[in-house]
Amino acid sequence: MTLPSPWRADFPAFAAFENDGITYLDTAATAQKPQAVLDALQAYYAQGAANVHRAQHRPGERATQAFETARSKVATWLGAGSAQEIVFTRGTTEALNLLAYGLEAHFKPGDEIVISALEHHANLLPWQQLALRRGLKLVVLPLTPSGHVDLAIAAERIGPRTRLLAISQLSNVLGTWQPLAELSQMAHDQGAWVVVDGAQGVVHGRHRPQDLGADFYAFSGHKLYAPEAIGILWGRPEALTALSPWQFGGEMVKAADYHQSEFHAPPMGFEAGTPPVAAAIGLGAALDWLSAQDEASLFGHEQALCIKLWAGLAAREGVRVLGEPQIALASIVVNGVHVADLSHMLGEQGIAVRAGNHCAMPLFKQLGEAGSLRISLGIYSDSTDLERFFMALDNALELLR
Amino acid sequence: MTALTEEAQAALDAFTTANGWEARSRLLLQWATRLPDVETRRDEDLVHGCESQVWVTHQRDGNRNQFRAGSDSRILRGLLAVLLARANGLTDEELADLNVHDWLHQLGLERQLSASRGNGLRAVVERMKALSAI
Repeated sequence: MTLPSPWRADFPAFAAFENDGITYLDTAATAQKPQAVLDALQAYYAQGAANVHRAQHRPGERATQAFETARSKVATWLGAGSAQEIVFTRGTTEALNLLAYGLEAHFKPGDEIVISALEHHANLLPWQQLALRRGLKLVVLPLTPSGHVDLAIAAERIGPRTRLLAISQLSNVLGTWQPLAELSQMAHDQGAWVVVDGAQGVVHGRHRPQDLGADFYAFSGHKLYAPEAIGILWGRPEALTALSPWQFGGEMVKAADYHQSEFHAPPMGFEAGTPPVAAAIGLGAALDWLSAQDEASLFGHEQALCIKLWAGLAAREGVRVLGEPQIALASIVVNGVHVADLSHMLGEQGIAVRAGNHCAMPLFKQLGEAGSLRISLGIYSDSTDLERFFMALDNALELLR
Repeated sequence: MTALTEEAQAALDAFTTANGWEARSRLLLQWATRLPDVETRRDEDLVHGCESQVWVTHQRDGNRNQFRAGSDSRILRGLLAVLLARANGLTDEELADLNVHDWLHQLGLERQLSASRGNGLRAVVERMKALSAI
């Protein structure tokens, strides 16, 4: 059965890939952008760029309005109470660093931060370094064989010293949804904050961070069909007030003197310097575009393609899928074949997939694997992409075995 | 440009007649078996910057440099083999002048040296030059 993507034609990159003989299956690393996003960027610059929140001239007003409209669109997308809950950052990584610095003053030596074993570096290193700065204990929750946080062990390790739980919504390596409702309940019972890394999760379906039990939720534009260098930190209004400013400069300051200053409340107080105006507008355009599509059709297409991918992998001898992915991707290892060799052979055939540890080195040590090959899909992916991939995989395995 | 060693000439002859990715890949897998492997894999010989682990050792034979290299990846062993085919037996001066990009280009393998590749071949070349300069 062929599975064409009705959305593919909206993404100009695929015409270029076709000309170059490229099959793009690396959407979990970054997604291609629809024409509507390219048009929004073009329109913003063509009408005249301007800085936001300061100039009195007309281009400045227009840029500010477009920028703040984008903030409102993000708020609507996340089902937030107001646009004031939306902080623009440069990406998920910056949002998580903002939290690790912004909450630092609340931690005392001996307090505990809980993460899971599957966190990618962006949701590990900011907490690891905060723990080192403040003498905190970093507690790591192990996984079940399917690739989910083990809730029984989590219940033992989330305790009275836990001040913060930081957890990915959807694993970028295993493709597994994490049991956020249970975990956030455990953390909240101890009075801890819950930080959800939505970098992968936000791309698949609509999620209200509040319904997930999150106090903070971070994601990047570039995986959500929007430009790079724009990210979002959503916070519950009460949680946002716990944050201290972490980057200082223009825009975030209310009144400045040589020896002391006052700062804006969130979100402005966390947006020092000139923000990525065009990228924010591009994110707004991506959300408009996504909102205009039928959500059930998007999800159905993704799921149907994933099932085809998993079935094709299961049919091949010696191919092992890591964990039990539920959406978006599969990470594989092939018995007796080095992942670098597989990656080389696929690369030679124009297959754009990702090989290695996927920015999650500790997870791979845990799994006892040197690395994996990750095939990840987007709403523009189709069954032709999968056919090309499987043909290339079979060629590669024939050469390597 | 120094004269090619016998081994380097053999690599050049083989790879310049290979047409297409499949033939080149087969050749790399064949050359992988010709790589002078390291005797033991010691941590201090690991080259950082490789997603696949690579070990490189060095010794002198008179004023000539001799390298050994090991990896679990067969393709990487093949690439290391054609690299060492060119570099082994060179003096320090010849090695310092060696343009690895040109060499791999002659073999049709220059893309393997690009910065976005995780194979770390660039780091290996740097390690080799550093070892010979000691």
